[in-house]
Amino acid sequence: MTDAGFIEIENVHFSRGDTDIFRGVSLSIPRGKVTAIMGPSGTGKTTLLKLIGGQLAPDSGRVIIDGQDVHQLSRKALFRLRKRMGMLFQSGALFSDLDVFENVAFPIRVHTDLPDAMVRDIVLLKLQAVGLRGARHLMTSELSGGMARRVALARAVALDPELILYDEPFVGQDPISMGVLVQLIKRLNQALSLTSVVVSHDIKETLSIADYLYLIADGEVVAHGTPQSLDVHDDPRVSQFMHGEPDGPVPFHYPAKSLYDDILSEDATIRVG
Amino acid sequence: MPEHVSQSLARITRLGRRCCDVLEALGRAGLFLVQSAFSMPSREGFRLWLRQMHFVGVLSLAIVLVSGLFIGMVLALQGYTILVDFGAEQALGQMVALSLLRELAPVVAALLFAGRAGSALTAEIGLMKATEQLTSMEMIGVDPLRRVVAPRLWAGFISLPILTVGFSVVGIWGGYLVGVEWLGVFEGSYWSNMQANVTFIDDIGNGIIKSLVFAVVVTWIAVFQGYDLVPTSEGISRATTRTVVYSSLAVLGLDFVLTAVMFGGL
Amino acid sequence: MKRSKTMEFGVGLFMLAGIVGLVFLGLRVSGLSLSAPTETFRLEANFANIGGLKPRARVTMAGVTVGRVEAVELDTEWYDARVVMSLDSELEGQLSRDTTAAILTAGLLGEQYVGLSVGGDPEVLENGDSIRDTQSALVLEELIQQFVSTMAKG
Repeated sequence: MTDAGFIEIENVHFSRGDTDIFRGVSLSIPRGKVTAIMGPSGTGKTTLLKLIGGQLAPDSGRVIIDGQDVHQLSRKALFRLRKRMGMLFQSGALFSDLDVFENVAFPIRVHTDLPDAMVRDIVLLKLQAVGLRGARHLMTSELSGGMARRVALARAVALDPELILYDEPFVGQDPISMGVLVQLIKRLNQALSLTSVVVSHDIKETLSIADYLYLIADGEVVAHGTPQSLDVHDDPRVSQFMHGEPDGPVPFHYPAKSLYDDILSEDATIRVG
Repeated sequence: MPEHVSQSLARITRLGRRCCDVLEALGRAGLFLVQSAFSMPSREGFRLWLRQMHFVGVLSLAIVLVSGLFIGMVLALQGYTILVDFGAEQALGQMVALSLLRELAPVVAALLFAGRAGSALTAEIGLMKATEQLTSMEMIGVDPLRRVVAPRLWAGFISLPILTVGFSVVGIWGGYLVGVEWLGVFEGSYWSNMQANVTFIDDIGNGIIKSLVFAVVVTWIAVFQGYDLVPTSEGISRATTRTVVYSSLAVLGLDFVLTAVMFGGL
Repeated sequence: MKRSKTMEFGVGLFMLAGIVGLVFLGLRVSGLSLSAPTETFRLEANFANIGGLKPRARVTMAGVTVGRVEAVELDTEWYDARVVMSLDSELEGQLSRDTTAAILTAGLLGEQYVGLSVGGDPEVLENGDSIRDTQSALVLEELIQQFVSTMAKG
């Protein structure tokens, strides 16, 4: 029991239709740390988060959070477990029919019977933490992308969860709001001693906050380690991704026969035609 | 095996697969309806329902009433020209009232409702799905079927019969305007013929049962299309179109079946 | 929360309009009266031919509606039509035993209804009794046939 991570993913297989997305992924996410899961687009990083959150079930393998097998839980127990998780969605996923205040208050109202005054205090504190206390009366449609994500972050931590899942938190942000988000994630993690899982392919930002990295490609964990150790990893796939080289094991070209053959055959058909 | 045999075998397989897909979708839709419509009501749920009643019912009132007025007026005008040939123009009220109550009010109100409220429901829920609002709700530990779908379903179920009653009332008044005020049918016979020939249970009651059935079907299709769509902008626009097409077809087809059962002596 | 108050008011008004509309349809359009449904009693009458008489058709007396037809069925004993009528219970014990029932037509092409006219017999019809003296519906085709044959004879 000493070193078991907060989340243990054991040999998970998952396929959608005919395509295998995970072919035996195992990883362990330690308590109180920021763990990043990285990989090229389309490798199913978001799917992995959904598996952790229990929205999808693996074909085989287990996901264990704090000793509970997520996919063996009853619906009620699953919802209870989710109360201990926060999730930040790529688009923010704020409820469009509520204003900023009500969005942050939503999980509190759903899960507790606190009096209104207390709900208000909590919401204002959370909004203060993300710097948007003054924006509490805005509707979600009036927020910029960065602000929406900060509000979503405030909502994700509204119930002081033990675990936060970040789905691509940096995608599509300008440098300033990117910096703000990096700061916020780091600070929240330290202040609330959360366990964080960040799914991302923004290397620089992710490296600056992650304590441990998993690199996923082709449905498998390709490499894992601290940011420093991965930076000097000698697997060509790892170094290609970590240093953003355009060509390498992940080819620049979509699979095709050689250019020479292609041009010749094209030529040939025209001549025949 | 000759080629055409294997080809027709493949065709049969495709047909079978299509049938299985349709059955599966129907099953999903049925499960969806039962799970969401019969979730536990709560105080919070009442507030959400009220809000949806506003969007689905109150905001559709104007278009339904205006259409009802025009349809009643047209019915009176058309009916008068035919009835006057038989010297039976005093039966105008009866004709207007019966066509509205039994047929036109439930059907036309349901079609308008599908276009006005149904498509909006699909688009709204689809947008919530596309922007991951439904997923995030689930992650917060709230069942979106209960919180998002159920209030909309019940608002639809209750709104359409009310709109249908409004349609009939305004239509009968429109028929009165044209028949009595303009064409000069005797006012007394307009109402008395109506009262003598319209029965509460058979005509008004059956009309309302029709509109209840249409309400369930149209709202169900609209909400399910929104919940089940592919969460992209193209998916939303397609689902919205499907909502209007499917619900219109369902309303007209069911109308025939219901009419046959209620008035056709089946 | 001002906005939601107006919204609630709107929805309330909407529901109220629905109820008022239904009441209007009931009272004004279908002529439903608020008094309790009147008590009725049943009479039967056998006709040789009922023409186009339908269940729920009116039963009148001197032009005043006093009841309606409940059912029309074939009497397999005599192979004629048995019409079951329900009449206002005020008339129970008032109609003489030799009351006649005729199937009449409203206008040339109108709907058919049953007309009752009272006789002079001191004995009266009770619930479930049968009217013996009946007059069948006028069937237009038969009428024309009769007319043509008398013309031919003449």
